[in-house]
Amino acid sequence: MDLNFSPEEVAFRDEVRAFLVAHLPEDIRDRVRRGDDRNVSDDLRRWQRILHAHGWAAAMWPVEHGGTGWDKTRQYLFEIECAAADAPIQLPFGLKMVAPVIMRYGSQAQKERFLPRILDGSDWWCQGYSEPGSGSDLASLKTRAERDGDHYVVNGQKAWNTLGQHADWIFCLVRTDPAAKPQRGISFLLVDMKTPGIRLQPTKLLDGGFEVNEVFFDNVRVPVENLVGEENAGWTYAKFLLGHERTNIAGVGASRRELARLRRMARECRREGAPLIDDPLFATRIAQVELELKALEVTNLRVIFAEARQQAPGPEASMLKIRGTEILQRISELQVEALGARALAYEEDVGGDGEDVPRAAAQYMNLRKLSIYGGSNEIQRNIIAQTILKL
Amino acid sequence: MDFAFTEEQQMLQDSIRRYLESGYGLEHRARIIAGDEGWSPRTWAELAELGLLALDIDEDDGGIGAGPVGTMLVSQATGAGLLVEPFHSSAVLATRVVSLLAQGERRGQLLDALGSGEAIAVLAHEEGDGWDAPLETTAVSEGEGWHLRGRKACVYHAPMAHWLLVTARCDDGVGVFVVERGADGVDLRAVRTLDGQRAADIALDARLPPDARLGAGDATAALEQSLDRGIAALCADALGVLDRILTATVQYARDRAQFGTPIGRFQALQHRMADMYMQVEQARSMTYCATSACLQDDPASRREAVSAAKVIVGQAARRVGQEAIQLHGGMGMTDELDVSHCFKRLLAFELRMGTTDEHLRRYREAAQADAA
Repeated sequence: MDLNFSPEEVAFRDEVRAFLVAHLPEDIRDRVRRGDDRNVSDDLRRWQRILHAHGWAAAMWPVEHGGTGWDKTRQYLFEIECAAADAPIQLPFGLKMVAPVIMRYGSQAQKERFLPRILDGSDWWCQGYSEPGSGSDLASLKTRAERDGDHYVVNGQKAWNTLGQHADWIFCLVRTDPAAKPQRGISFLLVDMKTPGIRLQPTKLLDGGFEVNEVFFDNVRVPVENLVGEENAGWTYAKFLLGHERTNIAGVGASRRELARLRRMARECRREGAPLIDDPLFATRIAQVELELKALEVTNLRVIFAEARQQAPGPEASMLKIRGTEILQRISELQVEALGARALAYEEDVGGDGEDVPRAAAQYMNLRKLSIYGGSNEIQRNIIAQTILKL
Repeated sequence: MDFAFTEEQQMLQDSIRRYLESGYGLEHRARIIAGDEGWSPRTWAELAELGLLALDIDEDDGGIGAGPVGTMLVSQATGAGLLVEPFHSSAVLATRVVSLLAQGERRGQLLDALGSGEAIAVLAHEEGDGWDAPLETTAVSEGEGWHLRGRKACVYHAPMAHWLLVTARCDDGVGVFVVERGADGVDLRAVRTLDGQRAADIALDARLPPDARLGAGDATAALEQSLDRGIAALCADALGVLDRILTATVQYARDRAQFGTPIGRFQALQHRMADMYMQVEQARSMTYCATSACLQDDPASRREAVSAAKVIVGQAARRVGQEAIQLHGGMGMTDELDVSHCFKRLLAFELRMGTTDEHLRRYREAAQADAA
């Protein structure tokens, strides 16, 4: 047992740090630090181009498709360092979700057409999985696609589409055989967002922001060449995709960054004339969540280690998801508590204009999503109980 | 980064696990606990034969030299087996103190006796006023020797020890003194602990020979290292108990039927067991972390990692223990099942060598110092 990173891994980490110092644009970094997402589309595309120029556009892709070929430990270190430096996240929909499906199941033409444009940030992807009536029970989805010559005609509605207002493409699960069993009649379609008949309706969330949309499909004609793999075999691809969503699911980098922000706030906020950080009760609350984060980090590294030896069947990711989201939610709660009454003055959709004040409450509200999306934490507990504990 | 164990380390753990599983059942253990002595010299001799009492004695001193990692793995097994013999007190804590402080011929004699199981020694340090309370026991040089005065509280396994290693304040810092358990001026009041072990409150007003003091000069650093390694091993012991209590609970939920179905099929209970599982895994991670910190040469980060582990394992001990009893229903309240004995050992863990809150405070102060 040796819990230190190897000298090669430490050197890699230093290289990433140096890269971030040299190449992460200051204006982007400042907006990320403030939580200002008004420029989100430009910032993310710009950052993706910078990463691409350095050969680091896709940490988790194999080299043959233009990825880094890094092992899981390096991917982990890269994520931690990017978060610590206030780099923007790389949206998962193109890189981590649709790309692995195209690599594994797509045609040669699809690979050549789509993968390079994901790498260099030309195409922004969004997801069309969930529907108003099918969340965790994804197989109950109703959006239809009927074959008409060399096109599919899509009709229906998708929900919880993240940042689709900026997207160029959407990957959709559609029902192509209504008579088959729910999992059998589903296909996986790639749809150009500019196709006539697609309409986006933003959904206002409780923090006042517009992060998700409903997407309506009204006789949307999609060329047959945009079908991935085989018709009616989409469920297999969907499950494969959800497995890939789990990379770095613990979000240790984000939690570390928010913990540092919490500490900063606790030093700046005062109670009864003294910095809040000097209040043993509050300092102990911070220490408690910091300990839990430490335990999650080591657990995450244990899972990575086991995966590299093909010892982890996968359900351990459920634990990382549950603990990771609970911890980030807890840190965000403490940020609001640190501000106290100052957090009351609140304007919707301010985009975190000033410092931490408007951001903390908005983020607290927004992050309630963490335990809901990506397979709710209740679903994850079912998986642990049934797969690991064999109940 | 490497979370794997060597074949030798694995074999050490397997040997004690097999030994306890085959010969240390609940009934056998109950007889030991109920006996006058509260321990089994035969078990002790067999542990010595397995080499486990020389586990953490360096190879240069004739031991196995398994270090913190080997000690962790064996401690997991002693916890899972609910061992009441003084493995942790003598083969982990006392052995480490002697290894770090004793010199010359004395060193060889003490370590040989401890490693072979001929003698048992315990570290008498805590005085009952909290983990970080100042040491009040004193040793004053008097004529040729020492005059040792003070008290020690709930010293695990003191009633069966040959030697007490007593910490005391001296002119030049902290000293550790080897005291015969039956010496004049050593007054032991034996107690049974809530987890079925034996301990003693000790009142000291003893005159000791000049060579009673182990080593020369301030022993604070050696003592802290020994205590930190002792806490890490105790975390591993608790982790072994946690594994056992979780396994027992899951098995019970599979077997026990109500309303015509195994209770483990009920989602409300599945989610609670999933939470127990996660707490045990976090406890495992932090135990590894504390053990790893004991391998490094940095007292500050070692202390931080050890306190961190004591908190996370302590909180897991409380929550998992309580949930295990609840999920066993009325059966969890009986003395018959292993779950109740695991529960008591977990409670004892929380209270020993610094409570969860004491270590949370210690961790918080360290973290604040880091941030400043």
